[in-house]
Amino acid sequence: MLDLIGISSQALFGQLLLGLINGSFYALLSLGLAVIFGMLNIVNFAHGALYMTGAFCAWFMLNGLGINYWFALVLAPLVVGAFGVLIDRLMLQRLAGLDHLYGLLLTFGLALIIQGLFQNQFGSSGLPYAIPPQLTGGQHLGFMFLPNYRAWVIVFSLVVCLATWFAIEKTRLGAYLRAATENPAMVRAFGINVPLMVTLTYGFGVALAALAGVLAAPINQVRPQMGADFIIVVFAVVVIGGMGSIMGSIVTGFMLGLIEGLTKVFYPEASNTVVFVIMAIVLLIKPNGLFGRAT
Amino acid sequence: MSAATQTGLIPTGAVRHNEMSVFFAMAALLALAPFGIYPFFLMQAMCFALFACAFNLLIGYVGLLSFGHAMFFGFAGYIAAHFAKLGTIDFTIPLIGIGPHINLGPINPAWAILLAVIASAILGLLTGALAIRRQGIYFAMITLALSQMIYFFCLQAPFTHGEDGIQSVPQGRFLGLFDLSHQMTMYYVVLAIFLFGFFAIYRTINSPFGEILKAIRENEPRAISLGYKVDRYKLAAFVLSAALAGLAGGTKALVSQNASLTDVHWSMSGEVVLMTLLGGMGTVFGPVIGAVVIVAMQNYLAQYGQWVTVIQGIIFVACVLLFRKGIIGEIAAKLKTAL
Amino acid sequence: MKSTMARLALISAAALVAGAALAQDKSVKLGNLNDMSSLYADVGGPGSTIAAQLAIEDSGLVAKGWKIDVVGGDHQNKPDVGSNITRQWYDVDNVDVILDTPNSGVALAVNQITKDKNKVFLNSGAASSDLTGKACTPNTVHWTYDTYALANTTGKAIVKNGGDSWYFLTADYAFGHALERDTEAVVLANGGKVNGKVRHPLNTADFSSFLLQAQSSKAKVIGLANAGGDTTNAIKQASEFGITSGGQKLAALLLFSSDVHALGLNVAQGLTFTESFYWDQNDATRAFSKRFQARNKNGQPPTMVQAGTYAAVLHYLKAMEALGANPRDGAKVVAKMKEMPTDDPLFGKGSIRADGRKIHPVYLFEVKKPSESKYAFDYYKQVAMVPADEAFRPLAQSECPLVKK
Repeated sequence: MLDLIGISSQALFGQLLLGLINGSFYALLSLGLAVIFGMLNIVNFAHGALYMTGAFCAWFMLNGLGINYWFALVLAPLVVGAFGVLIDRLMLQRLAGLDHLYGLLLTFGLALIIQGLFQNQFGSSGLPYAIPPQLTGGQHLGFMFLPNYRAWVIVFSLVVCLATWFAIEKTRLGAYLRAATENPAMVRAFGINVPLMVTLTYGFGVALAALAGVLAAPINQVRPQMGADFIIVVFAVVVIGGMGSIMGSIVTGFMLGLIEGLTKVFYPEASNTVVFVIMAIVLLIKPNGLFGRAT
Repeated sequence: MSAATQTGLIPTGAVRHNEMSVFFAMAALLALAPFGIYPFFLMQAMCFALFACAFNLLIGYVGLLSFGHAMFFGFAGYIAAHFAKLGTIDFTIPLIGIGPHINLGPINPAWAILLAVIASAILGLLTGALAIRRQGIYFAMITLALSQMIYFFCLQAPFTHGEDGIQSVPQGRFLGLFDLSHQMTMYYVVLAIFLFGFFAIYRTINSPFGEILKAIRENEPRAISLGYKVDRYKLAAFVLSAALAGLAGGTKALVSQNASLTDVHWSMSGEVVLMTLLGGMGTVFGPVIGAVVIVAMQNYLAQYGQWVTVIQGIIFVACVLLFRKGIIGEIAAKLKTAL
Repeated sequence: MKSTMARLALISAAALVAGAALAQDKSVKLGNLNDMSSLYADVGGPGSTIAAQLAIEDSGLVAKGWKIDVVGGDHQNKPDVGSNITRQWYDVDNVDVILDTPNSGVALAVNQITKDKNKVFLNSGAASSDLTGKACTPNTVHWTYDTYALANTTGKAIVKNGGDSWYFLTADYAFGHALERDTEAVVLANGGKVNGKVRHPLNTADFSSFLLQAQSSKAKVIGLANAGGDTTNAIKQASEFGITSGGQKLAALLLFSSDVHALGLNVAQGLTFTESFYWDQNDATRAFSKRFQARNKNGQPPTMVQAGTYAAVLHYLKAMEALGANPRDGAKVVAKMKEMPTDDPLFGKGSIRADGRKIHPVYLFEVKKPSESKYAFDYYKQVAMVPADEAFRPLAQSECPLVKK
């Protein structure tokens, strides 16, 4: 039936699947942004740069230290997360009580520094990062040949997203976290170290970005600019979803990946802009975002 | 934003007198500068200074941080360059492939800049109407996302020539009188445009309209309760800022004889924030100083490649952590006056 | 800042006066305007500065009392950045000639400014045949190759071998458009057809969705009208998505030895493509490559772009020597270059035509199988040679206003 309107089903399902892969990255990154925003009220502009740092960490571990992909998947987020803790302790905490826009400006400056340093060292072209040997090859799905690695990205990021949702919405620690967002003074009165919790939350959000970076390394190559343009699309995803909800950012991420894939089939010229157009429409109809609470 | 309020002074007669003296000193200095400094550099610096002043109108006097101002600056550049070079209008609707086609031929640079200003104002009206639906951080993110949409439009629209940009824009005769291919003539035309734009902003912030904007910045709910239609004032300021950013962008396209993606990219939006932050948000002359410092740095450190980006980042962090008032803001605080 | 600028202005004014007054102005300044850090950096980049320095040494002019300097600049593949550097070099820094400049978008901008300021542009790295076509100027020489030669050699060979239906994957700027246009013309002229095309942004990392479009077009040949990092990425991902094993053939319309090195012979083997220089062609090229490699940071032999920069500078300096002094008149120097026959160790004997096109033979190469490669960088075997007078666009078809018909 699809072939009747000039669209091959092969192309349609293929692009949808590729869209889902992109969506996994949107979901992981917007999830990290949402977690950080919920706790610190800061839009972390350095998120894209830290995503890139995660990818470089994995590259450096493989080429400099001989640490393979699977260990990098655990170690790189820890390293970058620790770096995030440092950023929060040394800089972000000094901004307490100021307009939240200063957090945006500070993290923007950090993004420029990180990206510039990597560009000086590695140039702008990509460094190849090989697909781990366990995941080379692929499956014939009938409509397309799906490389195993890309299938792994979808499954793994879905698992990480859901685990994060579960940890925040369904566990005791998550309950403290949510309570601290609503009323820090009250939670402190219960004897909980709120500043530590804030720092660790920032570290965790950043670690999620680094994890996405490691996942992206074999697909996108490792490039200093890999996070820069990507993060703006993720910002639009966050505006569409509304930053209040963890599940909201996950669902919106995957959904927009799919919509982008669809656009590539029907009107490829608009595939770069479709997320922004949707954002404009959502703002007109529901200014707080699809899953957002009124502010 | 709190830094914008730091001087906290409503300009009195004496302060305005101060500001006018500085204004004339600046004009005189700029009139003499090209005899000692590479004029092309100065012209670029003035374009960016006007751009930063237009941006400062929003952040400094309405308290709105736009992270997408490059869309006005860059898009206006394309419009000015296109009309000065070709002057065709093609409204072919995508997917359908039909629409009117008008050919004006290359038009006078003055009218090309005027069209660029009008185009930016319209773009400002459309994007502003969307963006002012949210405040604070959301406003910044929305303007950023909308400007990225304009970036992709400019990447793909046929008339902008994508990555190649519009090259070899003819400079022509401004208003049929001034031959812009002569560098000094071009310089004084650019100086006149800069002073006009600067003065327009100065008048605006000291007008009753400007006072209402400041009232909104200080306390929006109170301004609403006083019966002001706050959203309309915000939108008017946004459109004015967009139009003046367009004036800067259109002029720059004629100075450098090209229009390119660099000027619509988000990093340009970041640069104008940096210029204003460094010079001093909510000060009259701060953005000019900030723009000159940043453009000079980019010019003289160009051979060090990406270190320029790193230094810009460090300035950002230093400004936010150490001196939020900016250069002029700190000086003004020392002198206990407004500048 | 102000005082240095004032001093610079004074110096440049003094130099101008001196240039007019003294007939013995024997100083030359060359500017290598290049992509120094991105996807074309290994094709030209800092290596082109090395090539220019080697040419200066081989010219022997320094021993005869000439003062010759080379400076480098990074245009970041942005035409506006390239224009600004060009202006600064010509207006303030007294640069006489701009070298190499890969990226056709930037090259076309430099081409125009060079003409306006009457300087010299010796292009090696940019591909667009428009530089000697409708955009030709009396100040530009286009040395190494162009999109016409690539299309005419690779395109024709592939269509004749049965690859008669094409889908183009094109870098979305001046270079890609020119290469796609010239190749499409060759495909159609030889009885092939074009099933479709898709444009991708310069410096793309993920080609998966573009490749999927190419795959569903069912074309026999996917023509890669891109270069450098874009080409290597597209080739790698085509193998990841099983496109080559599914029966479609990739045509790398522009491939450099640095790309083959980046891909590795396992992935690159069997690709056929066009170049006008290969380091391992004869004793002269091998001797040059040895000297070049000793100075090149990444130890690779010269690409054809770097070889072209060497040969162009060498010929430029010969013309300078013939003129006796630097006339500070770009058109005059280029006219002299066109008048003198060229002869250098890398491209052999040749000439520069009225439209600025340097002509020499071009070669169709095939990448060796890993088992055929005997020593380091032993990558190519020659499949065919196209003689100089057939390789480039005939003057009769030229849109260049400098060509009298």
